[in-house]
Amino acid sequence: MFKIVKKRELNSTVTMMDIYAPLIAKKAQAGQFVILRVDDGGERIPLTVAGFDREKGTVKIIFQIVGGTTMRLNAKKEGEALCDFVGPLGCATKTEGIKKVCIVGGGVGCAIALPVAQKLHESGADVHSVIGFRNKDLVILEEEFKNCSDKLTVMTDDGSYGRRGVVTMPLKEALDGGEKYDEVITIGPLIMMKFVVATTKSYGVPTTVSMNPIMIDGTGMCGGCRLTVGGKTKFACVDGPDFNGFEVDFDEAISRAGMYAEFEKAEREKLCNLYKKEVK
Amino acid sequence: MALQPEKNKMPLLGAEERAHNFNEVALGYSEAVAVAEATRCLNCKNRPCVEGCPVNISIPDFITKIKQRNFEGAYEVISKSSSLPAVCGRVCPQETQCESKCTLGIKFEPVGIGRLERFVADCHNENFHGETVLPASNGHKVAVIGSGPSGLTCAGELAKKGYKVTVFEALHTAGGVLVYGIPEFRLPKAIVKKEVETLEKLGVEILTNVVIGKTITVDELFADYGFEAAYIGTGAGLPRFMGISGEGLKGVYSANEFLTRANLMKAYENGAQTPLMKAKKVAVVGGGNVAMDAARTALRFGAKEVYIVYRRSMQELPARQEEVEHAEEEGIKFEILRNPVEILGNKSGFVKGLKLRKCKLGETDERGRRSPIEIEGSEYVLDVDCVIMAIGTSPNPLIKNTTAGLAVNSRGGIIADVDGKTSKDGVYAGGDAVTGAATVILAMGAGKTAAKAIDEYILKNYGE
Repeated sequence: MFKIVKKRELNSTVTMMDIYAPLIAKKAQAGQFVILRVDDGGERIPLTVAGFDREKGTVKIIFQIVGGTTMRLNAKKEGEALCDFVGPLGCATKTEGIKKVCIVGGGVGCAIALPVAQKLHESGADVHSVIGFRNKDLVILEEEFKNCSDKLTVMTDDGSYGRRGVVTMPLKEALDGGEKYDEVITIGPLIMMKFVVATTKSYGVPTTVSMNPIMIDGTGMCGGCRLTVGGKTKFACVDGPDFNGFEVDFDEAISRAGMYAEFEKAEREKLCNLYKKEVK
Repeated sequence: MALQPEKNKMPLLGAEERAHNFNEVALGYSEAVAVAEATRCLNCKNRPCVEGCPVNISIPDFITKIKQRNFEGAYEVISKSSSLPAVCGRVCPQETQCESKCTLGIKFEPVGIGRLERFVADCHNENFHGETVLPASNGHKVAVIGSGPSGLTCAGELAKKGYKVTVFEALHTAGGVLVYGIPEFRLPKAIVKKEVETLEKLGVEILTNVVIGKTITVDELFADYGFEAAYIGTGAGLPRFMGISGEGLKGVYSANEFLTRANLMKAYENGAQTPLMKAKKVAVVGGGNVAMDAARTALRFGAKEVYIVYRRSMQELPARQEEVEHAEEEGIKFEILRNPVEILGNKSGFVKGLKLRKCKLGETDERGRRSPIEIEGSEYVLDVDCVIMAIGTSPNPLIKNTTAGLAVNSRGGIIADVDGKTSKDGVYAGGDAVTGAATVILAMGAGKTAAKAIDEYILKNYGE
């Protein structure tokens, strides 16, 4: 069992947890992920590592409550434990040789982008960050990003906080303004990453995307996480989760992500009703 | 008493009934039938069956014990050579191993050795309540990577010799392919659990949720954890796809994914949290045991039509005869001499058909099978909403990528000699991780051989 050492709600739909998992904490690097099961009989879901404390032996996860499993996860309290927690899986984000970078995060993807930004900041790189959210209430980790970015732009879709608009706006302005990034690293909803890639492509700036497809084992056995990258079948769990954004077939990835939409909707409704009763 | 020329039949669940549930298909011999079958054994002098068994069970000896109705005695004979008798009795291809060598088989049907092995193991599991005698510890530590048939066998053999064995498993449940791959109706998971518990009683420690190569590297097992040798039994890896158009559509699975959702994640149970598509018409591409398992699982999930799509003819199907027969009885259709050329999708990105090209058989290839030749212009579309690829796997890169000095072949499989010795000192390997996809019993044989080699290695390097 893996104890939840700390739990904090970052906003109404995003929660942060520190999980006691010393073996994983010892090895984890920015860009890698873990797979967890909340309870026996539960689903296996991948979550990208949002931080780690090698001394305390904890691994930080930040998740959005989107379906049955994340609702069950969010129902766990500090001091309780998760049934299974395995990792660190996948390859770490490559940061070597990057002197100037633009990190583009969207929504809960910012949680995964943060350790990458921190690592680059510590290595002395010039870090520009653009983080985007739907509205003011959903903004997370602004302080943390401020601390590791030489320049930070916060965007909201409705303009209720920061600048109004999508993350590609300031990115395009920066590129038009002559900023020379060694790399753009983007983590967020598939549709956002697709547009970031479309933006950077014409400027020829190398762009890394972090993919988070459906997975089961996470060790290269099931093939459920496959993507088409550069016309070839790749497995996000062992070949990724980072890929060259220009080569990823986003339309296919977006379609595949909806494989179990019906099932997930039914699970969500079932659990919503269940938790509502408990509150009463 | 005249010798009965045929094997005693294995009682089966009716095809109609079993096609809609996950209960075990083969029900097992009764005591009376087991004893009757045992009396068919001639107890011949040269014992060719033992040679045919990859773990060399003293087959005539355990059969003699059955004749004497000493079933626990029979179990003791088997367990000297095999760590997983209840599993082997169910999934071994006896017809090409022990039973193919049976003297009786020259004139009649061979003795039903596999069925007798299963009977003995089940008998023990039901009736034995005694204490397992813990072997005396020799103070040496061995790490086993992977808890599939190969790793469990190696662990069991070493534990019996007094080694302190730790098995590392990446998934949340021990058993490897026995729990994620082979379906409940062919190998009930309660049986695997029981076999694993038997090993734990022997002192084997099983650590789930540890991915060697990621959580801990092979080198760290030696340097930081004090293991003196390691056995890699990580199984086959990445599922293969054909590289045809449409493999990214929703409703296309690898057999590994489909079976893992069904078996390990128990998607067939009411209220399961892991989803599996409720397909109506399913095509399974491939002709091996995994393809049969996937097809029969799809049927039990409620598919109305399930096809096996195979590019050669019925004669060349690599699956066990018994599995093919069971599949046919249950209503699986065989689209033989067909090769998929494209998977077709609808506007929402779901599978709506599989385009097949007809084939004919050509020359015999180096493995003695006739090669399929595609017939141009013979394409047609099979109406399906799910396609499962069961065309094999390629080696998993996790350990290879993180273990310096471990030699692999051009396909990425770990190179090991006949004893399982790899290029790295103290590191042994066997099973699918070395051979590519093969059978449970061959993996067990490799685990057993390597255990012997590891024992010799440790005695030589670390002394008594």
